[in-house]
Amino acid sequence: MTRRCGVATYITGMRPQDILLPVAAGLCCKPGGFHIDPVRPVERAVITHGHSDHARAGHGAVLATQETLDMMRLRYGENFAGSMQAIRYGEEIRLGDVRVKFHPAGHVLGSAQVAVTCKDTCIVASGDYKDAPDPTCTPFELVFCDVFITEATFGLPVFRHGDAADEIKKLLASVTLFPERAHLVGAYSLGKAQRVIALLRQAGYDAPIYLHGAMEKITHYYQSRGIELGELRPVKGVKKAALAGTITLAPPSATSDLWTRRFPDPVTAFASGWMRVRARARQRGIELPLVISDHADWDGLTATIAATGAGEIWVTHGQEDALVHWCQSKGLRARPLDLVGYGDEEETETPLADEADA
Amino acid sequence: MNRFAELLDRLAYEPGRNNKLRLITGYFREVADPDRGYALAALTGALSFKHAKPALIRDLIASRTDPVLFGLSYDYVGDLSETVALMWPRRGLGNGESLPSHPSPQPSPTRGEGAQLRAPLSVSTTTNSDSQSDRRTSLTVPSPLVGEGQGGEYRGRDANESAHPANHNNPPPPTLTEVVTTLRTLGKTELPKQLERWLDELDETGRWALFKLVTGALRIGISARLAKTAAAALGDKDPHEVELIWPGLAPPYLDLFAWLEGRGDKPVNRDPAPFRPVMLAHAIEDTDFAALDPAEYIAEWKWDGIRVQAVAGRDEHGHIAARLYSRTGEDITGSFPDLVPSLRLPGAIDGELLILREGRVQSFNVLQQRLNRKVVSPKLIKEFPIHLRAYDLLGDDENDLRELPFAERRERLETFIGKLDDPRIDLSPTVPFASWDALTAARADPASAGAGEDADAVEGVMLKRRDAPYLPGRPKGQWWKWKRDPHIIDAVLMYAQRGHGKRSSYYSDYTFGVWTAGAGSDELVPVGKAYFGFTDEELLQIDRFVRRNTTEKFGPVRHVVHEPDKGLVLEVAFEGLQRSPRHKSGVAMRFPRISRLRWDKPPREADRLETLEKMLKAEAAEA
Repeated sequence: MTRRCGVATYITGMRPQDILLPVAAGLCCKPGGFHIDPVRPVERAVITHGHSDHARAGHGAVLATQETLDMMRLRYGENFAGSMQAIRYGEEIRLGDVRVKFHPAGHVLGSAQVAVTCKDTCIVASGDYKDAPDPTCTPFELVFCDVFITEATFGLPVFRHGDAADEIKKLLASVTLFPERAHLVGAYSLGKAQRVIALLRQAGYDAPIYLHGAMEKITHYYQSRGIELGELRPVKGVKKAALAGTITLAPPSATSDLWTRRFPDPVTAFASGWMRVRARARQRGIELPLVISDHADWDGLTATIAATGAGEIWVTHGQEDALVHWCQSKGLRARPLDLVGYGDEEETETPLADEADA
Repeated sequence: MNRFAELLDRLAYEPGRNNKLRLITGYFREVADPDRGYALAALTGALSFKHAKPALIRDLIASRTDPVLFGLSYDYVGDLSETVALMWPRRGLGNGESLPSHPSPQPSPTRGEGAQLRAPLSVSTTTNSDSQSDRRTSLTVPSPLVGEGQGGEYRGRDANESAHPANHNNPPPPTLTEVVTTLRTLGKTELPKQLERWLDELDETGRWALFKLVTGALRIGISARLAKTAAAALGDKDPHEVELIWPGLAPPYLDLFAWLEGRGDKPVNRDPAPFRPVMLAHAIEDTDFAALDPAEYIAEWKWDGIRVQAVAGRDEHGHIAARLYSRTGEDITGSFPDLVPSLRLPGAIDGELLILREGRVQSFNVLQQRLNRKVVSPKLIKEFPIHLRAYDLLGDDENDLRELPFAERRERLETFIGKLDDPRIDLSPTVPFASWDALTAARADPASAGAGEDADAVEGVMLKRRDAPYLPGRPKGQWWKWKRDPHIIDAVLMYAQRGHGKRSSYYSDYTFGVWTAGAGSDELVPVGKAYFGFTDEELLQIDRFVRRNTTEKFGPVRHVVHEPDKGLVLEVAFEGLQRSPRHKSGVAMRFPRISRLRWDKPPREADRLETLEKMLKAEAAEA
């Protein structure tokens, strides 16, 4: 790293790593005096979206979209940070020596890419993103930049997510074929669950949809933001027989535990990009895998990287190797960021104990 | 093909038998001839064509993708066919991975003019940067990346695009019929090109299913019997009826489906040696005897071999055709060519397949050496001489005897076996008894009740009503099986695993162990695994115990506390033991099940490995 002659250097004299640098706490912006999605408490945090591996409690000040702030409040309580500041998509503010601007990431409600510009060098930290349509959030917006920081959750060419509507058709066909069974759909409670519900409504399914207790708060929040999800009911207290032929959304970890015994002969589905790989579905005992992802698939990642016009790509959380290799084979400078602490939200989520056992 | 692929996909994940049936029947209802017929053929293993080898699949993917990306993907997925099915790139993208070319965006207005300038610049300069310096930069072509379609607006992908972005000009995917009929006639050299065409046309699941077809192993947990049962359900027919006519049918089974849908006559089985659906017995309980009159029953030994049906008949040229069927109707003649010459009288024998050495019946362990063999060598035939012990006669030449009472069939059988006079086929003797007490005594000691030196191969006794016709399935009150008491040991629950389907929220698969001398002190060594035998109530109790006494978790497996004074003792019943180098304990159990929960017993009082080894020696002495 002694010599860099990338474009940023000779036009601006500023190296990208002078603007953003991976440190133990996360991605640190020294000239701006903040961290992006820090995994440890910091003085000033800029948060891309509300998933718990990106949005943690305990920072001094937090800058995020209103939705992300609201979700953090729902999850961590009123005092999740010393102070909060909301920022809109397209709004630019100055922090220290840099300008920060938020753009929709298409991942979940309120999710944003953070464009950090210092002098003439622009780095986009995309957080998690997807370029596929999603009725529950603002579509991904491509941001032209010099350095693009991309996730790589599904950074292997085996991950190609088809049209989510086709997966919903699969689910509805199963409900028709097995009217005496309950369908239990594992879906991450922030984003995926609401997207699945919205897709079901788009497909014309207008029966009430049941919710696991851990889903209620965040789903009602989505509704309060004007997202139409139709009639939703808590599953708690509903008689077993009444659940025949219904669809219930639950956190993934709940779909294989004691909690499922309240359902008549449940068909266990799981809405996730991981369901593309059979072993992953079988390992979880899933009977109806639904390939619906809130992350960009391989085609989405590569197309987005190409389209940003960035000459340098930093690859983080996921299958970095393959994506770095791809970038390099296309003549792009690329490196893995080796940030730790970001997981796949579906693998880490555990419902609250009382709700799981209830 | 894609619809068939969807069916296979769903079946591969569905654990429940009835649900599998529903899925298959639903498919038959929805899909037209001849596709559904070829699907039935694929599910019953009735298709035959030259199969593709893994090397061919490797070559195909190597010609279309970057080897590094393939390597990483294969490592991740772990299965060659699945990896290739998932990453198969769409056509026309040159060197491999697919790259739907997004038009470059309008520069963000706030970026100012510099942005427009910098985009092309940033790319051209990366080719000179450090990370590229050791590469031939002149060959790096970032053409899709920038500089084209500047006027276009990046919209993300809309639904149609994301589903089939490159499919507008593609031919439609092949039907299952096309695939099957093409594979039948295709020359070996043409196979790769043809596969490539199909892979281009199919989606991920379609490609996965295509590989299943061409590599010759579906492996989705569907038996031929289940597929036939699903077909029968289409016409509300008894699966036995389908089984009966099956040998005379051929893909794509147009006549079968016509009959099932009430559009045609029942197909006639012209097979000279057809399978007849098997009659099965109910297990008898102690309480059943009170209602039964000994005079109405004939008893015979239940031999510990394989229940088979041996059929011989004359074909249109008058030649004898002989076939051996398993109790599910599977043709297993190929595995036992040494029995075929003995089946020279037209007729259908219901009997037990055994190994006889010097007139003595060998244990099931010995017979096992002859099962599931692809190649039956002369050495195998010599060392494990096959034998048929006859219980019943279902057909005598052209005559169907199944309507006759058992007592009469038994007489016919005796005559038939006498006429056949073959050393490889003999009569299973009846067990004379006057009262249930007498039969109880005979069952307890078969050696002195007529079984003699073969007593160890006796699994129990069968009770058959004298007046029972031969009925398919398991009719009530006609035949009873009264097995000898199983072997019993007390073992300690060591690990528990979640079940599948209905049991997926329960820890219902149990690994249990017995004590053996370890370094310094006694330790438990696993000796088997069981997932049935307990009642629903007991399952709840064990499940609760497992959850409260887990010491470690490994994915779906829980380590359950198993110490001399803490743990759960399971009474395990099993049918036999075998030496097994694959198990740490060196023994493997046959048909183990949980017979009782011994909450009263501390683990330290459970059985020891020595007990099992003694049993093993006793069994080995027979072999």
